[in-house]
Amino acid sequence: MSKSVSSMQSRRNFLQKIVFNVFRLAALINGLALFIIIYFMIANGWKAINWTFLTQPPMDSMTKGGILPCIVGTLCLSIGAMLIALPIGVASAIYLNEYARPGPLIRVIRIGINNLAGIPSIVFGLFGLAFFVVWLEMGVSIIAGALTLGAMTVPVMIGSTEEALRAVPDTYREASLGLGATKWQTIYRVVLPTALPGILTGTILGISRAAGETAPIMFTAAVFFTPSLPVSIFDEVMALPYHIYVLATAGTEIEATRHLQYGTALVLIFLVLGMNLIAIIYRSRLRKRMQ
Amino acid sequence: MDKSVKIEVKHLNFYYGEFQALQDNSLDFHTNEVSALIGPSGCGKSTFLRCLNRMNDLIPISRVEGNILLDGLDIYDPSVDVVMLRSRIGMVFQKPNPFPKTIFENVAYGLRVNGIKDKGLIENRVEESLKLAAIWDEVKDRMHKSALGLSGGQQQRLCIARALAVEPEILLMDEPCSALDPIATQKIEELIYQLKKSFTIIIVTHNMQQAARVSDITAFFYLGELIETGETNTIFTRPKLKQTEDYITGRFG
Repeated sequence: MSKSVSSMQSRRNFLQKIVFNVFRLAALINGLALFIIIYFMIANGWKAINWTFLTQPPMDSMTKGGILPCIVGTLCLSIGAMLIALPIGVASAIYLNEYARPGPLIRVIRIGINNLAGIPSIVFGLFGLAFFVVWLEMGVSIIAGALTLGAMTVPVMIGSTEEALRAVPDTYREASLGLGATKWQTIYRVVLPTALPGILTGTILGISRAAGETAPIMFTAAVFFTPSLPVSIFDEVMALPYHIYVLATAGTEIEATRHLQYGTALVLIFLVLGMNLIAIIYRSRLRKRMQ
Repeated sequence: MDKSVKIEVKHLNFYYGEFQALQDNSLDFHTNEVSALIGPSGCGKSTFLRCLNRMNDLIPISRVEGNILLDGLDIYDPSVDVVMLRSRIGMVFQKPNPFPKTIFENVAYGLRVNGIKDKGLIENRVEESLKLAAIWDEVKDRMHKSALGLSGGQQQRLCIARALAVEPEILLMDEPCSALDPIATQKIEELIYQLKKSFTIIIVTHNMQQAARVSDITAFFYLGELIETGETNTIFTRPKLKQTEDYITGRFG
């Protein structure tokens, strides 16, 4: 009797160890993948990065010079996309989560949003070309690209904002309403400030995605080559992801520009990390203030 | 002693969708009295309390029948501004729920949303309310620190101060001590005793001793019905109904 109990005990412990190690392996593979990618980029790209690379336009059929127009272009496009997606996304999420009473209309809207989030980015690119560039006569421009990227980011923003709003305890809403606050005062003064760190997380993900996309901007905003920096939102721009794509597939010297391709990719990664870092620092300061 | 009727509940029925949670409840509450609502879980006492400041309006599928008169005026009349109504009726909840703001901002919140901008007035009212809620001495040196750093009992007294700052006429308390330890509970009970001089208080409680200690009137609910109501002394020593006696002596519930 006692023997069978102890053998069962050791079997249970053995199983527990196996499961634990499987989970640990899964986490390790993840971390390793990220490490390998970053290492690969740095190892191949760091030699390309210098002051000229960061501050000059491309020269000699893009085999020399820098990528300044691409950096500026990507910054304009991703910030523009967030300026469009953030207010629309947050406002929609507030409506859906705080005001709308459940019903068939709301269900249809939700299904629409979920499907929108799953549409391939090239489809957004074609939509942007047909709708913003051609039909609204914006031409290939920052504004057309930012609107296309924004449209693509809105469903992500709605999703993450709704999640952040749902995480705000209902007792906060009740306490506020119980003190004679209106619904809007409750949302503005209690719910939104409490949800802000979560909303910022969504914004971070949105910016990262918008900055790295190629397909939505290749027909709507990005050009093969322009040495000048944009002066208005109706100008076309170069962009980092599209530049990588061009150098790696369509350039005249694909092999000779390999280090420039890695260098550009490295700059893109650090640009996204930099924007994320600003949001992360702001978020942790918000959290600390609430604690 | 004849006290004036503050709230008059007449034939109140309440439904969550198809389910009837309250059945034909009629009950009066008097000025400067503490009334305790007791009964087993799910008997409708919290639902009843939440009808009094129309907090149940937030539940989409709910429905109310009957009348609740506050100073003779029906609070469910379409002409009534719910927001104004709620600023006349303070509420303290089961779990302490201070906002993730500073202690000062928590108490000032009700004043700000009700349009008071005068800084001096706000500061005075915050201090008065904290004193009234017997927590001033504990927080006066940390007014601009987060309220989430306070202990559970302190948070609950802060929530009471927050409710008092709007100068309500009535204070609804929904099991205000259920998440607190005995010492914090005792402080809240002493506070209730002090506050009844200026407010009409209605408290939902699971704790029989608490009802006996703090209330003047006790109402016993069971399965959505108001079974028996009367002076607390009478209810606890000579209840009219066997059901009430069984509950307060702990034989069921």
